[in-house]
Amino acid sequence: MNALFAIAGQEIRDGFRNKWIMSMTLLLAGFALTLTLLGSAPTGTVGTNSLLVTVVSLSSLTIFLIPLIALMLSYDAVIGEVERGTLLLLLSYPLARWHAIGGKFLGHLAVLAFATVVGYGSAGAVLVAQGVEADNANWFAFAAVIGSSVLLGAAFLAIGYLISTIVKERATAAGTAVAVWLMFVLIYDMALLGLLVADGGNSISGSVFNALLLANPTDAYRLFNLAGFEGMATFTGTIGLSANAEFSPLSLLGVQFGWIVVPLGLATWLFQRKEI
Amino acid sequence: MSAPNLELNNAAKNYDGLQVLHDVSFAVSPGEVVALVGHNGAGKTTIMKLLLGLIRPTSGSVQVLGHDPAGSNAAQARLGMGFLPETVSFPANMTGQEIMNFYARLKRQDRQDNERLLDMVGLGDAASRRVKTYSKGMRQRLGLAQALIGSPRVLLLDEPTTGLDPTLRRSFYDTIMSLKDQGVTVLLASHALSEMETRVDRIAIMNNGHLMADGSMAELRQRASLPARIRLTTDDGAAGRAAEHLQGADIRHVNGRTVEFDCASEDKMELVRRVTDIGISIEDMEIELPNLDRIYELYQDVEGISS
Repeated sequence: MNALFAIAGQEIRDGFRNKWIMSMTLLLAGFALTLTLLGSAPTGTVGTNSLLVTVVSLSSLTIFLIPLIALMLSYDAVIGEVERGTLLLLLSYPLARWHAIGGKFLGHLAVLAFATVVGYGSAGAVLVAQGVEADNANWFAFAAVIGSSVLLGAAFLAIGYLISTIVKERATAAGTAVAVWLMFVLIYDMALLGLLVADGGNSISGSVFNALLLANPTDAYRLFNLAGFEGMATFTGTIGLSANAEFSPLSLLGVQFGWIVVPLGLATWLFQRKEI
Repeated sequence: MSAPNLELNNAAKNYDGLQVLHDVSFAVSPGEVVALVGHNGAGKTTIMKLLLGLIRPTSGSVQVLGHDPAGSNAAQARLGMGFLPETVSFPANMTGQEIMNFYARLKRQDRQDNERLLDMVGLGDAASRRVKTYSKGMRQRLGLAQALIGSPRVLLLDEPTTGLDPTLRRSFYDTIMSLKDQGVTVLLASHALSEMETRVDRIAIMNNGHLMADGSMAELRQRASLPARIRLTTDDGAAGRAAEHLQGADIRHVNGRTVEFDCASEDKMELVRRVTDIGISIEDMEIELPNLDRIYELYQDVEGISS
């Protein structure tokens, strides 16, 4: 267990040293602040619900940015260390292999969580400074978007680790990571939409459609944030889809956790068997 | 003799049907320093990985400090081991001290000892500098320092002296010798044949995954039965006469005062006596016994012919 935290600590320290954390936090804060300030521009003044506008904006931002950042952090985690020869040395120490992969995951997750909480939190701080009026439920939605963004990041970290464990070369890992991002973030929804149109509602039942939505962690995230809270639906005209899908926030969280546990478990299982 | 600290019994290893190690058996006792030599891809690193438990033998068995290094007590075995990989690299933005603290924590050791280890490898002054400012030799020495954390009983060192200047090489071997005196088992994989032959107890020669020879330098010389090379310096003009009386020796070179010849090691005294018996006075005699380079070449050639 000690080894697990030693490796996580090393990863966090390295993240601070090589400015990864700083640049990610600035990037997320920059985008979040831009969205927040621009988001309130059309209404002229800060309205009652501008916090919810921010939540919607941030969740759209997350869907594009967080998976990309998580994959960039993680695609290199195993194969990069194999190629640099550092994994050979690490595994010669008295630790179990799952310590190595689990410790790195915890470290990367801490790095990502820090950047998300501080980056998005700065947007919240600006809103408070502007004297936003928001009730507890709205703040809860704001906290939920940050929390679930970290979960989404964790899912893509786990997917990145799986990629990094399977491939034989670092370049392949990078290419696969980009392909996975394109697939889940851009192509999947379009393909799903295309499928629905082509099908004309004949053979794809509601439950199949729901299952297809959950088969993509970004969709689970979207449903959780945009449909999970009352009053949110009014701002989310773009995804009227969610009105049809009936999921409880809890089951959506469960799916998000599944998207972390399954790829990470698979990566660990493969890593245990890998010959270095 | 006490139980060996590390042992391979008919260990063989296949990678995707390609056999990289063929039935290798050898053991190293406490306090023994063994050199593992061979061309690139001869199986040296594969043996290291087997001993570290990073890979499992396809057949045969491996034991380190009484445990199977890839088995359930692997961590126990690894607590007593130190390893220096062939290519050593560390996170560039960490300081030497931080890296040592990290590895000490993994080995469940107190960090107090790190300062001594860093001083020992000559990095005491650079301990608080980031690794990216280190030279190749300094990184190599940091690698050595981490291998020594926790006073290991088995040291596996893959090309430990690359990037070290002659002075550092000497101090490296001094360190190894003092560890040997404390009963540490050291396995050195290296290409630096000449610097190892006088310093190790035994030499294991690998070729294409086969263990070709394993023994002390004297045993290897004897087994290889390579000739000794002798150069006699005689009175002026007597060299030619001396050469005539060296029947059985392989005369390589004669000129006025010196004669140079090869002969079986056990014949050398007899031949010299024959020359002095006929009244030629010998002013000087140089004997060059076959060195590790020549023995190594021999085993590489043998394989070349048979395969």
